[in-house]
Amino acid sequence: MQDIRSTKQVMAQAARLAFPYTIPIFAGFWFLGITYGIYMNVSGFSFVYPMLMSLTIFGGSLEFLAVKMLLSAFAPLQTLVMALMIQARHLFYGISMLDQFRGTGWKKVYLIFGMCDETFSINYSAKIPEDVDRGWFMFFVTLFNHFYWFSGATLGGLLGNLITFDTKGLDFVMTALFVVIFLEQWLKEKKHASSLIGVLAAAACLLLFGADSFLVPTMACILCLLTVFRKPIEKAGDFT
Amino acid sequence: MTLTQQIITVGICVLATIATRFLPFLLFSSKKPTPGYIRYLGKALPAAIFGMLVVYCLKNVSILTGSHGVPELLAIAVVAALHLWKQQMLLSIAGGTVCYMLLVQLVF
Repeated sequence: MQDIRSTKQVMAQAARLAFPYTIPIFAGFWFLGITYGIYMNVSGFSFVYPMLMSLTIFGGSLEFLAVKMLLSAFAPLQTLVMALMIQARHLFYGISMLDQFRGTGWKKVYLIFGMCDETFSINYSAKIPEDVDRGWFMFFVTLFNHFYWFSGATLGGLLGNLITFDTKGLDFVMTALFVVIFLEQWLKEKKHASSLIGVLAAAACLLLFGADSFLVPTMACILCLLTVFRKPIEKAGDFT
Repeated sequence: MTLTQQIITVGICVLATIATRFLPFLLFSSKKPTPGYIRYLGKALPAAIFGMLVVYCLKNVSILTGSHGVPELLAIAVVAALHLWKQQMLLSIAGGTVCYMLLVQLVF
């Protein structure tokens, strides 16, 4: 089918549809981003640091940790190992998006670069109508989220501790987002093998390894269990 | 740390992030067919990932001390109930978050 609309119209439509999906991320990223900027500011860094780091790293947990790294002695190898361990979960996102990102042209590079937890979750789970361009939809989800994080971090870095918070508990917006996406996935399945594996493996590893180092063992457990139970999981046909 | 060392440290964080995000796309190019096992993982992984991310968000909640994770549990129940009832993502997230903020600011 020939799309007779101009690129501008296609983009505008995709942006309009993408925006509502990113509203919760806006709340969460501004809260966390401003907190991160303030944290850098009170740790003695100019706003240029959170500004550039939010733009280039675009991964919340690593950026918070990077502040600690910048304040300690120079240890490039340790930095590399820590960063790879924290970010390893993106390997799973990439494997899940191999098909979805196909045919998105030059936008693919940015889609991959900006694939943080929240962006991946929205882009994977959003029900995009047939007449909306998938590539542009995902592009705008990524761009909006990137901008929220960047502007929040920069603002926090500029304002420093001028802001006093009466927003205790606002960070729960991220938990709520993932609960909703998890629930939607759950409702789509007949058997819940993969969902249960994720929750139980993560909970078990959290108890065993503690909050700071449970992600990598969790990923290993998930990979093993999904591999061992491939036959029954594929037979259950929980995915199309 | 000198400015150069700072730039290197941040640069390593940037490169590590980019590497983990791009690696699957470099290993499995769209020109060659993706191996069956990887395609299976691509479909089976997301459900497990979302479960893992929920736990990841709750990793600093202590069951034994403080408020024993009660506000988190209640707020998650509100999110789930709202979502099963109305299926409106924004409503479920906003409702659960407001509930959580009220709980930790006023009750616990």
